[in-house]
Amino acid sequence: MTFVKGYLIPRLIQYVLVIFLGLTAVFIIPRLTPSDPVNRTIIQLRSMGSYLDPASMNAFIEDLNELYGLTGSPLEQYGAFWTRLFKGNFGVSFFQFPTPVNQLIGVALPWTLGMLLTTTVLAWILGNIIGGLAGYFGRSRWSRVVDVCTMIIRPIPYYIFAFALMLLLAYVIPLFPVSGGIPIGRQFSWTLAYFLDVLKHAFLPALSLVLLGTAVWFQTMKLVVQNVNAEDFVQYAKFGGLRDRKIATRYVIRNAMLPQITSLALSIGQIFSGALITEIVFSYPGLGMLLYNAIITGDYNLIMGITALSIIGITTAIFVIDLLYPLFDPRVRYQ
Amino acid sequence: MKVLKDLFEDYRFVVSFTILCALLLLAILSLFSPHDPTLWGTAPRDIKPSWEHLFGTNSKGQDLFWQAAFAVRNSLIIALIAASLSRVIAVLVGMVAGYKGGMTGTVLMFFSDVFLVIPLFLIIVMLAMLVRERMNLVTLGLLLAAFGWSWDARVIRSQILSLRERGFTQTAVLSGTGTVRLVLNEYMPFTTPLIFSTLINNMAWVIGLEITLAFLGLVNMDIPTLGTMLQWAISYQAILLGYWWWIVTPIVLSVLLFVALYWLSVSISEYLDPRTRIQRVGA
Amino acid sequence: MNKPVLRTENLKAFYVLDVHGDQTVVKAVNGVNLHIRENEVYGIAGESGCGKSTLLKTLYGAIEPPLRLMGGKVYYRVVDEELDASRLSAEDKRYLRWEFISYVPQGSMSVHNPVLKLKETFHDFISAHLSGKTREEAFEIAKAWLVELGLPTKILDAYPHQLSGGMKQRVTIALAALLKPKVIICDEPTTALDVVVQRGVVQLLKSIQRELQNSIVLVTHDMGIHANVADRIAIMYAGVIVEEAPAATVFGSPQHPYTRYLINSLPRFGDKSARESAPGNPPLLSNLPGGCPFHPRCPYVLEICKREMPETVALNQNHKAACWLVVEREDGKTP
Repeated sequence: MTFVKGYLIPRLIQYVLVIFLGLTAVFIIPRLTPSDPVNRTIIQLRSMGSYLDPASMNAFIEDLNELYGLTGSPLEQYGAFWTRLFKGNFGVSFFQFPTPVNQLIGVALPWTLGMLLTTTVLAWILGNIIGGLAGYFGRSRWSRVVDVCTMIIRPIPYYIFAFALMLLLAYVIPLFPVSGGIPIGRQFSWTLAYFLDVLKHAFLPALSLVLLGTAVWFQTMKLVVQNVNAEDFVQYAKFGGLRDRKIATRYVIRNAMLPQITSLALSIGQIFSGALITEIVFSYPGLGMLLYNAIITGDYNLIMGITALSIIGITTAIFVIDLLYPLFDPRVRYQ
Repeated sequence: MKVLKDLFEDYRFVVSFTILCALLLLAILSLFSPHDPTLWGTAPRDIKPSWEHLFGTNSKGQDLFWQAAFAVRNSLIIALIAASLSRVIAVLVGMVAGYKGGMTGTVLMFFSDVFLVIPLFLIIVMLAMLVRERMNLVTLGLLLAAFGWSWDARVIRSQILSLRERGFTQTAVLSGTGTVRLVLNEYMPFTTPLIFSTLINNMAWVIGLEITLAFLGLVNMDIPTLGTMLQWAISYQAILLGYWWWIVTPIVLSVLLFVALYWLSVSISEYLDPRTRIQRVGA
Repeated sequence: MNKPVLRTENLKAFYVLDVHGDQTVVKAVNGVNLHIRENEVYGIAGESGCGKSTLLKTLYGAIEPPLRLMGGKVYYRVVDEELDASRLSAEDKRYLRWEFISYVPQGSMSVHNPVLKLKETFHDFISAHLSGKTREEAFEIAKAWLVELGLPTKILDAYPHQLSGGMKQRVTIALAALLKPKVIICDEPTTALDVVVQRGVVQLLKSIQRELQNSIVLVTHDMGIHANVADRIAIMYAGVIVEEAPAATVFGSPQHPYTRYLINSLPRFGDKSARESAPGNPPLLSNLPGGCPFHPRCPYVLEICKREMPETVALNQNHKAACWLVVEREDGKTP
C-alpha cells in the first residue's frame, strides 16, 4: 500500500501539524499584547453603571480570567486552550459580552459559506473553460481580447476591485443595493421573495469575486493548456489521426485539470481572505463584517475565534482536495 | 542594451514602463512639495480639479496632487522595504532548501507551506492590531515582509534543484568550490532575473495589503499612503457629498500601479522563459 | 514492376527560427529523393543532427512551425493511385493516418496519455478510424492483436507509467501496426533501451513486417540494428542522402567516403585494431559549407567538391551515391 504511505500519510501529518502550528500562533499572538482584556471588560461594565462589592468583584475577575483562558501559567493556559478547543468552545466575545463567540460565528458563517462556495466553484469552472478554449485555439481575436481584459483585472486586489465595482454599479449607475445581506428587520422565511432579496443584495459582492476569480483561472488554465498541448502524447494523438474534439477533451483538458486542482487547493487561503474583504466592502453579513466589527471594537477573542475556525476550515478543505486528487491522476494512485 | 531593446517590443513592457516612470516622477516630485502632507487646511477645501489644484482638494483642506505624490512615494517605499526583505528570506530559504535537500529541505519547505496555506490575512490583522499604536512605514514594511516570502521560496527552490543537476555544478564542486561561492557566483546569474520578477510581484501584493489594512483602520492614518488617502475619503463621505476627485485619485493611481507592476513582471518573466522566446524546434 | 509505395522528389524542409529579429534557417532536409518499395525494411542511418527525424516528420506530413516545407514533393501510393501528400486536405491526411501510414515517434516513453489505461488508448486509435466498433469490440481487437504479436495482454489494463521503457516501446510499435498500414515509420525505436530489450523490439519489428508484408522505414544511428533488420540502407549526412544501397553492399563495399568512415568505425569480431572515425565534426545545419557538406572532413576532397553539391550517380540498379569521386570514377577518369 505504497499509496497510503507515499501519499496519504505525509499529507495527514502535514494537515495535523499545520493546524497545530496555526492554532498555537493564534494562542500566542494575543498574549503578546500588553493590554489586559479582563481589565478592559471591568472598565466597560463599570462605565455602563454596574457596581460590585470587592469580594464579588474578585470572584468576578477570577471568573473572567477563567472565561478568557487567562488563569494559571502560560503552559496551563495552553493546555486549557486545547481542551476547550476540542470541546468546540472558542470563548466569549469581549465586546458583546457575554455572547459566546461560537454563536456570533454561527450566525455569520452560512452567509460566507454560501457566497464563498458558489463564487469559487463558478469562477473555477468558468475560468477553466474559457481559459482552456483560449489556450487550445490560441490565435483567435477574441482570446486576445479576453487576455487583455484579464491582464487588467487580475492584479487588482480584492478591496479595490470590490470598491470600484460598488462605485460603478451602486452609485454611478444605481442598479444594485449598496450593502449586502438583507434589509434590517426582514425576517428569515422560506419564501421566494426572501431568496430573491438575498440574491439581489448578494449579487454585487458575488460578481466581484467571480470576475476576479475567473480572471485568475483563465490565465492559469491558458498557460497550462498551452504547455499540455506541447506534450508528446498530444502530438502522438495527432499523429494517430484522432479527431480534434477527442484530443481536446480526453488528452488536453483532462491532463490540464490536474495542475488546476492543485492550484485550487493552494489558493483557497487567498480566495477566503479575498471573500472576507469583499464582504466588508459591501457590508455583507458574513464573517467579513463580523471580523470588521471585531477589529473596530477591539474584540480580540472574536478575532481569535474567527482566525482559529478559518485555519481549521481552510486546511480541512485543502486536505479534502488532496484526498480527491488521486481520483483524477492515476500516477499518484499506483506508484 | 539589447535586452532593453528586445523588451520594448512587448507592448506590455512599454505601457508598464511608461506608467511606472510617470508614477516615479510623481513620487520624486513629493520632495518639492510646498506643504507638509500631515497638516490640514493648507489649501481651500473641496475644490474640483483645476489648473491651480490639478487633482482638486479634499475636505481636510489638502491639495490632492501633493497628497498623491506623497502617497505614491510612501506606498512605494513600504513596498520596496517589504519586498526586498522578503526576497532575502525567500532566497535564503529557497537556496538552502534547494541545495541541501534532504531533511533540511523538507522541513524548510514544510514551514513555507504552512505560510502558504494559513489565511495570512487574518494573522496579519491580528498582529497589526497589536502594533497599531506604533505603526509607521518601517514597522508595516517589516510586518508584511515576514509573510510574503513563502511562494517565492518555493519557486527559487525548484530552480536551484534543477541547477544542481546541471553539469557545471559537478565541475565546480569537484574542483573544490565552496558552497557559498558556488551559490553566489554560479547560481546567481540564473536566479537574479527570477528574484527580480518575484520582487515586482511582491511589491504589488504589499501595496494591495497596505491599502486593505488601511481600510480596516490598522495603519497610522496620519502618514499619507494610497490606502490612507482612500480611507480618509470614505470616512468623510466623499461619495455621498459628490467629491468624486477625492475618491477617484487614489483608486486610479493604485489601479495604474498594480496593472503596471503586473505587466512589467509578466513581460520580464516571459522574456526570460526560453520556451516563450524561441519557438519550439523539432527533434 | 515494383512501384514505390512512398517516394519523394527533391524534398526540402527547413526550420525558420526568429528570435527577436535574428533569423536562423536550419536546413534539415536539403533535397532528398527516396523510393520506398513495398515489402521491405528501409533503414536510414546517420549521426545525430543530420536531419533524419525531420525527414520522417516530413514524410508523415507532420509539418508544423517552425518547420516549413520549402520545396519538393512527397507521394503516397494508396490503392494503386499516387497521391501528392502536400496537397491532401487535413481530413484526408487524418483519414490516411494509421490506416495507410503510421508513426512510431522518437522517445516513445511519454507518448501515451498518462491518465488513460492503455486499452482506452487503443480504443481511441481504433475508433478514430474504424467506425461502428463498440468499446468491447475495440478491446477485443487490441487483445487479439497483442496475442498475435506475443505481447502480454494484461498490459492493456495498465497505465503507461506502470510499464517499463521497453514494454512501452513495444506497445507503441504494436499500436502503430494495429490497422495494418502499408508503411510504418520508426524513429530511433531502440535508443535509450538496454541491449536485451533492444533485441525484443527488433524481433517485434521483424515479425510485424513478416506478417503484414508492408514497408518499414527505420531511422537509427545504430548500424548494428540496420545490419540486423534493414533490406536497404540510406546514409544521411547534413540533410542529404549521400549513399543508398542494399544492406550487404553498404557494409561490404561502401563508395562514399563518409559511409566508409562509418563502416570502418564499427567494431568487428577478432579485429583488435583501433577504430577510426571521420576527423572533425558534422556541420551545423544552420551554417552549411558550400558545395558538398562533407568536403571539410573528406580526405579525398577535390576542387569541385568545395563549389558544387555532387550529383547522385547510380552505380547499378540498386546502388546510388552522391559524390564527385564516384562521378569521376564512373566517367572513367579515375580507376
